[in-house]
Amino acid sequence: MATATPEAVEARIVEALASFGPDADQVTREATFEELDIDSLDLVELAQIVEDDYGVELKGDDMKSLRTVGDAIDLVVARAQ
Amino acid sequence: MPEQREGAALVTGASRGLGEAIAKRVAADGWAVGVGYESNAEKAAAVVREIEDAGGRAVALGGDLAADGVVDSHFRALEDQFGRVLVVVNCAGVNRDNLSPQIDDEDWAKVIDTNLTAAFRTSRRAIPPMLRARFGRIVNIASVSALRANPGQSNYAASKAGVIAMSKTIAAEVARRGVTVNVVAPGFIRSDMTDVLDRDMVSMIPARRLGTPEEVASVVGFLISDDAGYVTGATLPVDGGISA
Repeated sequence: MATATPEAVEARIVEALASFGPDADQVTREATFEELDIDSLDLVELAQIVEDDYGVELKGDDMKSLRTVGDAIDLVVARAQ
Repeated sequence: MPEQREGAALVTGASRGLGEAIAKRVAADGWAVGVGYESNAEKAAAVVREIEDAGGRAVALGGDLAADGVVDSHFRALEDQFGRVLVVVNCAGVNRDNLSPQIDDEDWAKVIDTNLTAAFRTSRRAIPPMLRARFGRIVNIASVSALRANPGQSNYAASKAGVIAMSKTIAAEVARRGVTVNVVAPGFIRSDMTDVLDRDMVSMIPARRLGTPEEVASVVGFLISDDAGYVTGATLPVDGGISA
C-alpha cells in the first residue's frame, strides 16, 4: 500500500488521468473532468487505482460529486487519513 | 494443457451440469478456476479434484451469491491465491416452474435473485480490475427460454431476458477497455432435468437431439479466448436450431 501524502496522491492521480488521454500538463487541480474529456468509465478505473494503491474505496455517490482533479485528490487524501 | 494464464476465472454454479463442464473447459484453457457452488460442497470438491488431476488449477467457493458479502468473498479468495479475476462465467441458475397465476412472490424472487441479480453482482465486482488489466471476459449463461416463449417459465424467462439486456448494456459500457460481455443461450441440454423430455419435444428441435454440456462449454471457451476480442454484446444460442 502506497503512502497517501497529498503530494503522492496528487502525482498518482495526475499520472492516472493522463494515461486516459489528456496531456499531462493539462491535468491541473483546477481542470474539470469535462475539460479533460474524462468520462465515467475513466473515473471507475481511477477509483480502482485509488483502492489498489491506497485502500480507499470510492463509491458511486462519491464519484458523482467530483468535478475537478482537485476534488478527487482532496477526497482521496481525506479518506486515506 | 495450454500455457497457464495469469489471473483467475470464476465460474458460478459449477458443481454440476453445464457449470461443471464450463469450469473444466476454462481450466483446460489455462485459467485457475473458482468452482462456485451454493450448497453441494462434495460435488464441487470432486470437480476441483478432476481439474487438478488433469493438470489444472482450481478451488471450490461456496455460498449463496444473493447473500451479502458472498460475491466479494469469492473474488478476494481468488485474488489472494491466483491474482486478478479476468474471466467470469455466470452459470448459477435455478428454476421454479409453474403457470404464472401459480408462481408466488417467493418463487419469483428466488429465480430473479439467483439468475439475474447474482450475475449483476459478480459483473459489478469483476469489472474495475478488468478495466485496469485492459482485459476481461464475462460470459453470462441465459437460455433459449429468453428468446422464445416456453409456458410455465415466466419467472425464468424474465430472469434470462434480463441477463441478455444487462449483458448488452454492460458490454457497451466497457468495450473500449478490452472487456467483452457476452451471453450463451443454451437450448435443451442433456441433464437430469432433460432426461424426462419426451420424443415429441425432441422432434421439435431441428437437430433432433439434445445438446451436451461440452458443446455449450466449447462456445464459452471461444468467447473467453483472445480470438473473441471483437465479439461483445452478443447472444449465441446453442440450441440445435430451436430458436432459428
